[in-house]
Amino acid sequence: MKYQTQKIAQIYFIVAMALFAIQVSGGLLAGWIYVAPNALSELLPFNIVRMLHTNSLIVWLILGFMGAAYFLIPEEAEREIHSPMLAYLQLAILVIGTLGVVVTYVFNLFEGNILLGQEGREFLEQPLWVKVGIVVAALIFLYNITLTVLKGRKTAIANVLLIGLWGLALLFLFAFYNPENLSLDKQYWWYVVHLWVEGVWELIMASILAFLMLKLTGVDREIVEKWLYLIVATSLITGILGTGHHYYWIGTPGYWQWIGSIFSSLEVIPFFGMMAFAFVMVWKGRRDHPNKAALLWSLGCATLAFFGAGVWGFMHTLHTINYFTHGTQITAAHGHLAFFGAYVCLNLAIFTYAFPILRNRDPYNQVLNMASFWLMAGGMTFMTFVLTFAGVIQTHLQRVLGENFMDVQDQVAIFYMMRFGSGVAVVLGAVLFIYAVLAPRKEIIEPGPTRSVPAE
Amino acid sequence: MSTPAPESRLAELPGDLMIWVLIVSELLVFGAGIVAFLAVRTTDVVGFAEAQDLLDRTAGGINTAVLVTSGLCAALASRLRLAERRLAARLWLAAAGLLGGIFLWVKAVEYEAKVSAGIGTETHPFFTFYYLLTGFHAAHVVAGIIILALIAWRDSPRNLESGTAFWHMVDLVWILLFPVIYLLR
Repeated sequence: MKYQTQKIAQIYFIVAMALFAIQVSGGLLAGWIYVAPNALSELLPFNIVRMLHTNSLIVWLILGFMGAAYFLIPEEAEREIHSPMLAYLQLAILVIGTLGVVVTYVFNLFEGNILLGQEGREFLEQPLWVKVGIVVAALIFLYNITLTVLKGRKTAIANVLLIGLWGLALLFLFAFYNPENLSLDKQYWWYVVHLWVEGVWELIMASILAFLMLKLTGVDREIVEKWLYLIVATSLITGILGTGHHYYWIGTPGYWQWIGSIFSSLEVIPFFGMMAFAFVMVWKGRRDHPNKAALLWSLGCATLAFFGAGVWGFMHTLHTINYFTHGTQITAAHGHLAFFGAYVCLNLAIFTYAFPILRNRDPYNQVLNMASFWLMAGGMTFMTFVLTFAGVIQTHLQRVLGENFMDVQDQVAIFYMMRFGSGVAVVLGAVLFIYAVLAPRKEIIEPGPTRSVPAE
Repeated sequence: MSTPAPESRLAELPGDLMIWVLIVSELLVFGAGIVAFLAVRTTDVVGFAEAQDLLDRTAGGINTAVLVTSGLCAALASRLRLAERRLAARLWLAAAGLLGGIFLWVKAVEYEAKVSAGIGTETHPFFTFYYLLTGFHAAHVVAGIIILALIAWRDSPRNLESGTAFWHMVDLVWILLFPVIYLLR
């Protein structure tokens, strides 16, 4: 660890992993409710479980991004974080907010209260006080990080990360705007959700991936930066108007069907770019970094993001197809692999890279960590296929033949059972990952010999 | 790694690499739009032809001439700048921008005539595409004029190459849009 304040990242990562554990447990429970629909229906209804599953995902990913920023900004800016105290204060606010959210969702103590009650808007259910807390924490974070970068060395990686994080915070402000008109409500609602995952988060992803590639492969910064700019440009060109693919059926004018179809089809390009980037860097790289697990997660991230976000997204993004598949299990398949590939793997990659450094025990044997990759990636891929098959059948029976929703659900029950099985694998993988990262391992491995490139 | 990276081939492109990323993306978007237009047209050839008859082909023709001439001005500006004739280059850039303005004015007159005839984006699929594709193109003309002004101000040869490359793309897209939307029977 070159800079003392990089240590801040550790507590962020630990809180993120705790929420990760909650998220996958919630997912497993929700998966079980699909198999046995009356499970816990009184105590913890499905809608609450789903809220916990999606909200904790978003929060832990953001905590991971913030931790990653605290970890890599000092190295990029070549100076300590402006104020460690503010960083811990910010985390405290976010943790209190998160606990408040869980209590509000599970016990629903303040139904209808403007300040304390849950707001009922899908994914933005957080009570108002928590939303305000998130904004305050985000402001503290941006102040802290921006000041550090401004006073230090300015690199493309730091700049792109900053733009992404500023965009994340600014777009969240649309969570406060909730127009009466349902079409307008949905239109602005997607500014948060979509413009995050297919806009500014891609910038965050590209910059963290670029940092990892720089460290793990030893390729020149100049080349990494060129790729970074390419990925950022294509993300923004395609992702912003690509939001149109959420505007097909919410009451917006018909031209959105074409804007959405055309631009979102091209959203596969930045994800392909990121995959090409990761593999080209590894092929070109001279450095045989001992942290093989971090490299595995980075390559897995780029690959699964391309398939989950790129290919599975494209599969149902054209409005003529989406007319039939909208809101079926196809969407669930895409959502799972896209989030896992792009953002979960990315976070686990930076955790894997950072933890040995943060705990001063690098290099070490990471077989368990790598096993957790294959468990989680395998489980999630299997889940994606299973849900895709379920979705295709559901689309045909329900949307083409017009059968009743619940009758169709009975007919795809076998897929839900298989999905539960794959969920078990993912949860086991997650537990194994957390253990592998936190528990000390004694076995030291030697870094491999540096390959000398023969003259061409 | 001591051998030069293959990226150096990209350095041979005139102007900045990023402008080429943008140009390729734009061509993909407009290309997809034109393909979608042609695909939907096959479902209603007669309806598309009837709707097309409501367009002002003369205005479209004039605009084609205007924009192609504007492209020539931009190309001359770039060449003059390489010959270190900065003032002449700036004047040609101004001429290119001015012709871009004329293009927008003719376009506005066309839109005004359509709207006052009660033709909107939902009137017919033909007009959805008409407004979408020509409107998106017009937005690029606006962006292009701003870029021409910027490179006239910061007139390094590399900036001129980048900016005029973008302007030629705007030009090229119109040459594809005009026959497909206004003339194709």
